[in-house]
Amino acid sequence: MIEFDRVSVTYDGATEPALRDVSLIVPEGELALVIGRTGSGKSTLLRAINGLVPHFTGGTLSGRVLVDGRDTREYRPRDLADVVGMVGQDPMAGFVTDTVEDELAYSMESLGIAPDVMRRRVEETLDLLGLADVRDRALASLSGGQRQRTAIGAALTSHPAVLVLDEPTSALDPQAAEEVLAALQRLVHDLGVTVVLAEHRLERVIQYADRVIEVPGGAAAVSTGLPAERMVTAPVAPPVVELGRLAGWSPLPLSVRDARRAAVALRRQLDSAAPVRSVAALGDELARCADLVVGYGNVMALRGVSLSVKAGEVVALMGRNGAGKSTLLNTLVGILPARSGTAVAAGTDPHRMKPAQLVKAVGLVPQEPADLLYAATVADECSAADSDFKVPAGSCRALLERLAPDVALDQHPRDLSEGQRLCLALAVVLCGAPPLLLLDEPTRGLDYGAKRRLVAILRELAAAGHAVVLSTHDVEMVAEVATRVMVLAEGELVSDGDTAEVIAGSPAFAPQVAKILAPLPFLTVGEVADALDRAS
Amino acid sequence: MRAVHHLTLPRALHPGAWWLWALCMAVAASRTRNPVLLALILAVTGFVVAARRSDAPWAHSFTAFLKLGLLVIGVRVVLQALLSTRSQGNTVLFTLPQIPLPEWAAGVKLGGEVTAEALMTALYDGAQLAVMLCCVGAANALASPRRLLKSLPAALYEMGVACVVALTFAPQLVTDGRRIRAARRLRGRTRASFRTTAMPVLEGALDRSVELAAAMDSRGYGRTAHAPRAQRRLTALCVLLGLLGILLGVYALLTDSMSFPFAAGALAVGVLLAVGAMAIGRQRVARTRYRPDPWALPEWLVVAAGAVAAGAMVTAAARGVHGLLLDGPLVVPPVPWLPVIGVLIGLVPALAAPPLKKAVA
Repeated sequence: MIEFDRVSVTYDGATEPALRDVSLIVPEGELALVIGRTGSGKSTLLRAINGLVPHFTGGTLSGRVLVDGRDTREYRPRDLADVVGMVGQDPMAGFVTDTVEDELAYSMESLGIAPDVMRRRVEETLDLLGLADVRDRALASLSGGQRQRTAIGAALTSHPAVLVLDEPTSALDPQAAEEVLAALQRLVHDLGVTVVLAEHRLERVIQYADRVIEVPGGAAAVSTGLPAERMVTAPVAPPVVELGRLAGWSPLPLSVRDARRAAVALRRQLDSAAPVRSVAALGDELARCADLVVGYGNVMALRGVSLSVKAGEVVALMGRNGAGKSTLLNTLVGILPARSGTAVAAGTDPHRMKPAQLVKAVGLVPQEPADLLYAATVADECSAADSDFKVPAGSCRALLERLAPDVALDQHPRDLSEGQRLCLALAVVLCGAPPLLLLDEPTRGLDYGAKRRLVAILRELAAAGHAVVLSTHDVEMVAEVATRVMVLAEGELVSDGDTAEVIAGSPAFAPQVAKILAPLPFLTVGEVADALDRAS
Repeated sequence: MRAVHHLTLPRALHPGAWWLWALCMAVAASRTRNPVLLALILAVTGFVVAARRSDAPWAHSFTAFLKLGLLVIGVRVVLQALLSTRSQGNTVLFTLPQIPLPEWAAGVKLGGEVTAEALMTALYDGAQLAVMLCCVGAANALASPRRLLKSLPAALYEMGVACVVALTFAPQLVTDGRRIRAARRLRGRTRASFRTTAMPVLEGALDRSVELAAAMDSRGYGRTAHAPRAQRRLTALCVLLGLLGILLGVYALLTDSMSFPFAAGALAVGVLLAVGAMAIGRQRVARTRYRPDPWALPEWLVVAAGAVAAGAMVTAAARGVHGLLLDGPLVVPPVPWLPVIGVLIGLVPALAAPPLKKAVA
């Protein structure tokens, strides 16, 4: 169905090619998973499938890309619209109309499909993706999962043979991601659509993949293979695979279900062992909310939240999109005022404080790290931060060196990868050395390597006496780093306790290792390895 | 009879019908300064809006336009009070302290005596403008401009898409701006600058538009335009010129500012140009339309009701029927029966337009 024949892509003005000599074939009806670091060329590969590279982006493509027998050299993206459906990273950015039904019909209108056929396909797609209830709703009022499914539906109505998705679940909470993946699964199984999918969150998708395309970036060659084979040696792997490697299971299980069946012996072996968890040395109370109510207009985003965070803790804030996580963080830095109740950050009322003093007490890395960055180069940004926070020149750059040593100082902050940009924003915020550090969904778009570095940084900060609160959907990251988990639902705090207590028992929030080894209290592969070491 | 002709079958009325009706009501308002008639027109449009509006976000715009109208009246009255002269009447209500002006502004007087005649004239003038604004507000509340753009003729399709995208981007810019202003606090900055507010917003908007363009390209936008670019441009130009001609003609006819033959000529040429260009434009476009709003009996009735209301007023004004304009600012306004009946016919859409689909519980 898709054939790359010695394809290389070089963007205008770049010295190195973004893709080098790629040859691969994706047969009809397969789900191919594209993996690789951020910035390794995954998006370029995906966009070459429907000709956006090079027709839209510019640059030079050598070699040949054939999709359903059509050569992208001769067909523009719009001429391939009936063969390839494309779903971008942010569904909102790709919407042309304003209601679900119109959006589904848009590509068919452009293709000139007859009105009665259009009507039928829209109805079928609404049912296929479970969108019938929201058909008249404005796109802006949908939840993240519904938006992503609408975007998939909009690409599907023109009945393309190939569906290309760029990180479809990276911004979604676990439940919404399940919905989207279930829909994709149906497309592959029932309709025989060929799906090509790039994703960092391997733990969510690896079990559905028929083929893995690894884009290592740099000079290394792009290679393909079966998921189970690739995972034996892959440098980045989801916890289920790492546990399988640790226990020496063969064939390597990719889903929790397979792993659970293989884990009978392991569970027996670990029966008497218990994970050793370092207990955080708690210091002073750095954040406290009492009966906090915060609202926008007549919508109450937080309804009576009481909590306390002490120095040395890493608190994970979880819950659905729209549960009030960001509102809580924004209130703690004083961006939003409390309607009633109190919010105290580092001993002060954040809303009353002058920004210049506030940044020394509490720092927030917002969901969009780029909001914090104004300068034209990384170096300028660092020196601006030094003067903003009134710290000696070079402090910010030193912090950045430690967080992300590979960042080129003459780059524009918007040209950095997601992970690098996050590190830059984090370095800027840490300039003020705030005792209370807040991060709003820091793991969006981060690959395993970047996540691992973030975990190490957060642990270090907590050990140095900072209190860290991060909101996230990433349960594996929570299991690694958090000492305490709070779950918000509809603006109320529904659970607050030690990580193991809160997430291990929850069907949605349990990490893979906990699911595989239940009822044993293990959360991460590291803990299991540790317990096995001690046993032998 | 086809189902769409039923007056009681719940569906959304064609947005074009709502806009035509509302514009007709505005035309009716433009012919009179009689407060009774103006109030009647406002009541009629308000009643129709209350009867047939949806719960969509734009459906509340009538109230916003009403407030805008009040503001217009207020500004008008206050300015008149400040600049009032004795030339309009002799009933002095109160005297403001007069501000001496320099030599070159000799004709203008600031402050001084305020007469009742001047205030009432300003009130009626303001009320006329306010009621016309409310008519536009009614159209906005009953059919969003975005829905209207969707039923634009095929020759104007590209322009329509551009407008729709702009309508989506504008609120997005506002949210972006707010978010970035909030983020400034996190850098410990208090003062705004172009660099820290406008730049990030513009950069974000640029990123988004590039992404949208890529999405539209991969979804087949522009794929069916086989016509050479020159011909496409020519059609669009003809349509625009045609619309301009129609606009000019209608304006001239309504305001009597130009001679009748010129106005009628401009209108005729405009209609000819627009219709011709759209007919040519339609041939080359192979796009289809998903569930286009039908134009059936209810639409005709709604437009006819508006046309009768406007027609009655325009005829009355042309015939010089007594009561459209007051004899003086302080007389009790008369109630001329022909225009009143005409305006009341404008109520028909409250019944003739189909009811809205109710959400299934």
